[in-house]
Amino acid sequence: MKPEDIISKGECVYKKPSLLTDANMHYCPGCSHGVVHKLIAEVIEEMGMEDKAVGVSPVGCAVFAYNYIDVDWVQAAHGRAPSVATALKRLNPENLVFTYQGDGDLAAIGTCETIHAANRGENIAIIFINNAIYGMTGGQMAPTTLLGMKTATTPYGRRVDLNGHPLVMAPLMAQLDGTCYVTRQSVHTPGAVRKAKAAIRKAFENSMAGKGTSMVEIVSTCNSGWKLTPAQANEWMVEHMFKKYPLGDLKNE
Amino acid sequence: MAKIKGAVVVDVERCKGCNLCVVACPLDVLELQPREVNNRGYHFAYMKNHEKCIGCQSCALVCPDGCISVYRIQEN
Repeated sequence: MKPEDIISKGECVYKKPSLLTDANMHYCPGCSHGVVHKLIAEVIEEMGMEDKAVGVSPVGCAVFAYNYIDVDWVQAAHGRAPSVATALKRLNPENLVFTYQGDGDLAAIGTCETIHAANRGENIAIIFINNAIYGMTGGQMAPTTLLGMKTATTPYGRRVDLNGHPLVMAPLMAQLDGTCYVTRQSVHTPGAVRKAKAAIRKAFENSMAGKGTSMVEIVSTCNSGWKLTPAQANEWMVEHMFKKYPLGDLKNE
Repeated sequence: MAKIKGAVVVDVERCKGCNLCVVACPLDVLELQPREVNNRGYHFAYMKNHEKCIGCQSCALVCPDGCISVYRIQEN
């Protein structure tokens, strides 16, 4: 049977979610951001929350997320996404409010806002993209950068005496009483993508059920920043990142 | 036994040639165009061995730009 026949007679089992716009994403080829955008669009569509979802985009590569997912967005000042989301959710409790933040936004300049929003138990979902580097500004060291990892600002590798230890956010968040769901996922294989989607769905459902703050950390690649091809970046992530940031649920109440 | 046949459609202009779908495919169906490029200069993915495709969606799931649609049919 020819591919044209299968396409005309067969059933379409997978296509781009309609909430994802036709605009070409500005992300580098192979960037994990695209997969996570797609998952968020799919989950919102499946939950039927197209008119109720409000995202808060960060400063970082994902600052233009509002161009790609066709829901309402607010662009927050650097690191302040959980604070903006707090106000949005308190004033509009019927809305699905989520933040989408990178490691520079959530784990560096916005650590205070993130921890206090989670400690207050705000009913928001936090999607945390952890690629261990500042992608947008050209691959400088982030708080989550691994020890020994070479970046633009640590050309000989990150050192404990000079740069301190990598900041592991998920256990910090899990020990707060305000959080109800803290998980760490990745999107490097089809299986991992399905698990990440289920985690995002659970976080969104928790937000609507008023159970507290949920955080889904996605261990991601930044192949441009890491100076690898997309496929090599995935292998490097499995080999090095998963040791420091192992996948799985840290808290599920 | 009924056989499942699949086919994928790649949105050529959206594809950035990142190669992740080629790596994810368990049956070696996809490949990047060795010479041809799209309007933005990327070597886009295409079905090299279309007869092997079973419509498992692995390529579509890992595609960061959502360029892949998957179709499936049961062949009797």
